Order: sequence, then C-alpha cells, then structure tokens
Amino acid sequence: MRMLVHRALTGIAVVAGVLTLTFLLLQTAPGDPAELLLGPTATPAQIAAGRHSLGLDRPLATQYVEWLGRFVRGQWGSSIVTGRPVREMLGAAWPATVRLVLLSLLLSYGLGLALGAWQAARAGSRLDTSLSVVSVSLVALPGFWLGLMLVAVFTYLLRVLPAFGAAGFDADVLGPWARFVDGVRHLALPLATLTLIGVGGAARFVRGSLLDALEQPFVVTARAKGLSATRVLLGHALRNAATPVVTLLGLSLPALFSGAVFVEGVFAWPGVGRVLVEAVQARDYPVVMAATAISALLVVLGNMLADIGAVAVDPRLRTREPAIP
Amino acid sequence: MSALWRDRRSAVGGALLAVVIVTALAAPFVTAGDVDVPYDVVATRFLAPLSHDVHGAFHLLGTDRIGRDVWTRLVYGGRISLAIGFLSVALSVTLGMLVGGLAGWWRGWPAAALTALTDFALALPRVVVLLLLAALWRPNTSLVILFLGMTGWMPVARLVRGEVQTLSTHPFVEGARASGARPLWVLWRHVLPNALTPVFIIAALGVGNAILVEAGLSYFGLGVQPPTPSWGNMIASGRDTLVNAPWVAAAPGVFLALVVVGCTLVGDGLRDAMSGQRSALSRQL
Repeated sequence: MRMLVHRALTGIAVVAGVLTLTFLLLQTAPGDPAELLLGPTATPAQIAAGRHSLGLDRPLATQYVEWLGRFVRGQWGSSIVTGRPVREMLGAAWPATVRLVLLSLLLSYGLGLALGAWQAARAGSRLDTSLSVVSVSLVALPGFWLGLMLVAVFTYLLRVLPAFGAAGFDADVLGPWARFVDGVRHLALPLATLTLIGVGGAARFVRGSLLDALEQPFVVTARAKGLSATRVLLGHALRNAATPVVTLLGLSLPALFSGAVFVEGVFAWPGVGRVLVEAVQARDYPVVMAATAISALLVVLGNMLADIGAVAVDPRLRTREPAIP
Repeated sequence: MSALWRDRRSAVGGALLAVVIVTALAAPFVTAGDVDVPYDVVATRFLAPLSHDVHGAFHLLGTDRIGRDVWTRLVYGGRISLAIGFLSVALSVTLGMLVGGLAGWWRGWPAAALTALTDFALALPRVVVLLLLAALWRPNTSLVILFLGMTGWMPVARLVRGEVQTLSTHPFVEGARASGARPLWVLWRHVLPNALTPVFIIAALGVGNAILVEAGLSYFGLGVQPPTPSWGNMIASGRDTLVNAPWVAAAPGVFLALVVVGCTLVGDGLRDAMSGQRSALSRQL
C-alpha cells in the first residue's frame, strides 16, 4: 500500500514536471503564439492586442500559474489549425491509442512469452539460434518502414486489407457484424506492425530471464524431485522469470507508445499519436502541449499498472521495500 | 577483447557495421558520384533495380521519381544517418557519464536531485519529447543530433551511477584519496575509466536506436531536411511511390535494419564477454 502511494506521488510529480517543461520550452522557443494565431497579415498593433488578450504580456510566474490552473481544470484552448476544442480532439483520440497499444502489448507479450520459453527449452540448438536471428531483426526494424512494407504487400499487391484509418467510409451504414469486421480489418495492419516490432524484444527478454531462472538452485531441486523438464520450465522457472518480464512490460511502455506514435502516423490511425504528429507538423501549439501531457499521463499510468502487476506475480515484493531497478 | 572476437554474434555484428561504415566513408568510390541532376530526368524516373538508363548508366537499386540513383543516395544518406547515430550517442554518453558519475560520487541531496532528474527524464516518452522539440524549433541535421543526444543520456546516467557507487567502495579509490588527490580528480581519473565497458554496451545499442528514431523523425519531415538524403527521408520520399516503385522505400529500410542488427549484436557480444570477464575475475578472487 505504501508503495502504491509512493508510486502515485512519483507519477503526479512526473506529470507536473512534464507540464512545467512544456511551458518552459514554449517560452524559450522562437516565434510568438499571438503572431501564429493571428496569421501573417496581422499588424503589429493587432499582435500586441492579441498578446494582451492571451496574457503574454504578464510576468512569467503569473502566466505559469494561470496556465497550470487552466490546464488542470481541462481548459486546454482550441486548435489553431482546425478551431476545434483541444479537449474534444484528444477525448476522441485517446481510446483509439489505448486500444491499439493494449492489444499489441497483449499480443506481443503473449507471443514473446511462448517463443522465449520455447527457445529457452532448446537453448543452444540450431532452431534457437535461427529464432534469435529473427527476433533481433524484428527489434531492428523501423516501425514506420515495416508498416509501409505491409501496406505495399497487403494493400497494393494483394489488395486484401485497408491501409488507412480505423473505419471505412461506409462504416456508418453497415450492420453491427459488418461494422465489426470492418473495424478488425482496419486494425489488422497497424496492430500487426506494432506487434511484430514488440514480439522480438519480448522473446529476447523472456528467453534471457528464463535461462537465468533455470540456473537457480530451486530448478535443480525440482528436477531432482523427478519433475519433468517441461513441468519445471513452465511451473517453476517461468513463474520466477515473470517478475523481470512484468517490470520490463512497464519500462517498455514509453518505447511502445513512441512506436505507436509513428505507426499511427503511417496508418492515419485516429489516436493521440496521429493528432500529435499532425499538430507538430502544423505547429499547432495548444494541441501539441495537451497531447504531450496526455501521452506522459498514459505512460505514467501504464507504469503504475505494471508495478501493481509485478507485486501480483511476485509475493516477495509485498513485504519488502521494492528495489527500484 | 579476444573473447569478443570468438563470440560469433559480435563478429557478425561488427562485420555488418564495418561493411556499412566503410561503404559510407568510401561513398565517392562505390557510387557514380553526384547524380542530383541526371541528364534526362523524365527518362530516368522509376527505373527498376539492376537496370540501365538511356545513357547506359547502371542502377543497382533503381532510381526514384526525380531520376536519382537510389544506391548513390543510400550511400550518401548513410553518411548522414550514421553520423547522427554516432554523434548523438557521443553526446548522450558525455551527458550521462557527467550526471551519473556525479550522482554516484556525491552524497546527500545533490546526488538525490541528479537521480530524481534521471528518473524523471526516463519516464518521458522519448519520441513525444522529440516531437515537442521539433514543433518548437524547426529541425536540421545538427539540431537533430543535439535533440537525440539530450533525450538519450538517461540509461547511461543510471548505469554509470550504479557502477560509480560500487567502484567507490573499492580500496584503490580510498588509496587514491589517501594519497591526496582531489575527489573529482579521483572520480575522473580512477573511477570513471573503470565504468567504461558497460557504457560501451549501452552506447552500441544507443547508436542503433538513435538512427531508428532519426529515421522516424525524418519520415515525418521533422528531421534531416531534403534534399540532403538520410535514410529516414528517403523512406518518406518512397512512401508516395510505393505502388509503382517500392524499391525507393524498401532499400533504405533494409540498410537501417542491418545497422541496428549490427549494433545489437555487438552490444550483446560485449555484454556476454564482460559477464564472462567478471565471473573469471570473481573466480580469481
């Protein structure tokens, strides 16, 4: 319990830090938000008036406190480019990101666990080596490039899967089943891209921590008791390899989210990542600020969930002070 | 070092990296040279790999929509991508050794503050921070190196901090201090050099990662700006011609993956060589 409170406080500190950092970066960046908002035809007098109504002529500390207050209350302003409220844009976007990231996390760790355990059982064999080559190559692939190649094959060459968006143009008039199928078909390529990239890293890590666990004395004991190799691997070693794997799961969230940003950009998946990329390209400051904060929030929350998960799989952590890795 | 060469993975990884690096360095000798403006742009557009154009020039990897030779751009783009990878990691390692070294050497609140800074920076999604920086400052090649370096130092700092904490309990540190050396000199001259091997491992992995992230940024037009070729903006330029000329986007991706695989294998090999060295050391003691 104390650990959870500690983690929650650290999480809040990180998000507060992100907000402060974005504010400071915005202040030091070249270019004036008022100029950007009013466009190139505004006169200096109009820009000065704009600066006044945006509160940019007040002391930095005042601006910071006001900005933070507005941000915490959810008043994130509206997009310079589209004029839509930022809150509405991100409110529509974050479920798509969470869906994509969670599904690919489940798939890549499920597959990675199976692959890593299979390799660990045959460590040193030719099959193990070739699977290691495959997983190293998967880790090395740039996500956006893999996405493009999948589009080239499945959309342009085989013409079986759609490449852009989360739903077809006709999704609104489809029946429930057809709409579901349409959604799955749109999800297929982005999900496959993110999963393929994640599965290599997961398999490598699972294999490594399983091999470490297999060197422990309790494995020898279990084998000496007469348990089969498979039983020891799955029942004893895997359970003990679970803690580092769950911890890695939390630590890999920022990387996974980063991957999702690029993949969303490639597939025009309507998530936070695409909103962020498009806002950055258009220098749409209010959107960039809010999307950055939301991304940090999602990552911090995910890390906390992984910590809780680590305690769930390793009872030893419940009594001990958590060793911060 | 010899253990490293006996390890098959690091040998393969090192060979991969060496081939790519030597090719990039020898760019003028392995390509037809500058082909930014071909003789007949229209006639040399979208030639397939292994084909000859109207002037009889050979195109190993074909040409792009402006009739530029993909192989030539790939090799010259490799110079940019590799330079960004190595220089940004050099910056990360410098920053990380500074922060981590002091965090592990000092006691009390300065150390705690540096550790907290590291943990905070580590919790941020790197790509999001990079996108934020790219939104605020229009990036170019040197800014990309700076940004990547400034967002990649945390793993180094965390690692060096742990190493310095362990090393500073060793007798040779006490000896150096007892002989009257100033504390920071002891850190610089005696402690940090002993923490270098694990730093090399993380740096090897970092180079691959930096090249990947640079490619991602350039893909969205937020990294190296055309017409300067980098592997990322080459993939981006091939995006629109995926249907009729998939090789334009495919070739740089393959090279990118080769370099990252090379870095990973070298890092893995170094790690295994080091853990072998350590256990040999502990057996001796």
